[in-house]
Amino acid sequence: MNQAEQQLSNNYRTALIDLLYQMADDELTIGHRSSEWLGIAPDLEEDIAFSSISQDEVGHATFYFELLSELGEGDPDKLAFARTKEKRQNARVLERPNHDWAYTIARGYFYDVFDHIRLQELLQTNYTPLQKGVQKILREERYHLLHMETWFERLGVAKGEAKGRLENAVITIWPDLTDLFSLGRSNEILRKEGIFPISESALSDKWTQQVKPLFDRTELMWPGTPHVMTGNGRLGVHTSDLQQLLDMMTEVYRSDLIATW
Amino acid sequence: MMRNFTFSSRPKEVSEASDSFLQCVVSALGEIKDPEMPTVSLAELGMIYDVDHHQGRVTVKLLPTFVGCPALHLMRSQVESKLVRIEGVASVDVQFVMDESWTTDRITEEGRKKIHDFGIAPPSAEFEPHKALSCSYCGASDTEVVSMFGPTACRAIYYCKACNQPFEGMKFI
Repeated sequence: MNQAEQQLSNNYRTALIDLLYQMADDELTIGHRSSEWLGIAPDLEEDIAFSSISQDEVGHATFYFELLSELGEGDPDKLAFARTKEKRQNARVLERPNHDWAYTIARGYFYDVFDHIRLQELLQTNYTPLQKGVQKILREERYHLLHMETWFERLGVAKGEAKGRLENAVITIWPDLTDLFSLGRSNEILRKEGIFPISESALSDKWTQQVKPLFDRTELMWPGTPHVMTGNGRLGVHTSDLQQLLDMMTEVYRSDLIATW
Repeated sequence: MMRNFTFSSRPKEVSEASDSFLQCVVSALGEIKDPEMPTVSLAELGMIYDVDHHQGRVTVKLLPTFVGCPALHLMRSQVESKLVRIEGVASVDVQFVMDESWTTDRITEEGRKKIHDFGIAPPSAEFEPHKALSCSYCGASDTEVVSMFGPTACRAIYYCKACNQPFEGMKFI
């Protein structure tokens, strides 16, 4: 009998399911946005890199949806394609369009730092199936983080248009970052039940400790800790950009709901 | 590589019969190649985590190389169609498990050689993304990293300054 089939308390189960939706939706959303660079990235290497990263992220989302399925949430494909905007728990910044290359790199870097911290903390989770998967996923994610960090620094130390675009990207992204660090309605229970070991503010602090030195190194102005919550994606409050993404992402799925792909 | 065989509690004669059956299954498994590097077998890649059977029902547990590898479904159907042809096999259940993380350390010496024979430089022994592998064509070490992302999730692109050619290498995972 695996852990998913064992008697989990209602509190434990609900909190775990919330966290898994946050992770699955984050990865699927950024995975889809990354795939939109296919064919139009600034050079061939980036075209391939973003396709590869997208494939990894969607694969990680599949893993989390499968864990949700084991917990009784239903078919993983339906979880990915059939849920409405209001049911999605991804952070809002991930649903935004790609804008330009600088925006994509800055958002990718901010998210990958956050995701890396979340995964490292989950090495301590008491839910074994997640803990095992995270060990594996971390080995893949470090390549993404390194890639985004390298590009962020490259744009940051450049002069002229590259730097200007990166500065604009940071200003645009910053107000959208607050719900990235939200653990949703199960925030307290996640820690109490030993599913996720640290608080939202500790998560945000760790992120700042990692990101701020790169701002200093590239002489980018640090806009302060993101704090004004404009809407919480972890609670299903999203922008119209998510609807646009879902319309595109699920178009083929909706064209024939009973097809076997 | 193979682990968790579960024969210990059975009578000796059954156990011997099971052993030869298992050998059949394992040797058939050894012939199944990676869809993206057809010189190398799944066994040489270290992907086979466990093989078990009960009354002709065979269970094979594989470790995915990359969590999102699109070739996993193909591997599953290759294993199923290969094993189902063995006499005495009633059904085949292929599972991808994360009980252990697949890493490039699991690739056997023979596997590394065959990856090289396919034209891909075998992976390094640690996470050194800024260090280029030796050229898979001429063996020179005067090489550079072009991109850590290649045509498949497990490969990176390098450039050899000795023979002036780009080449692929498997990335450390």
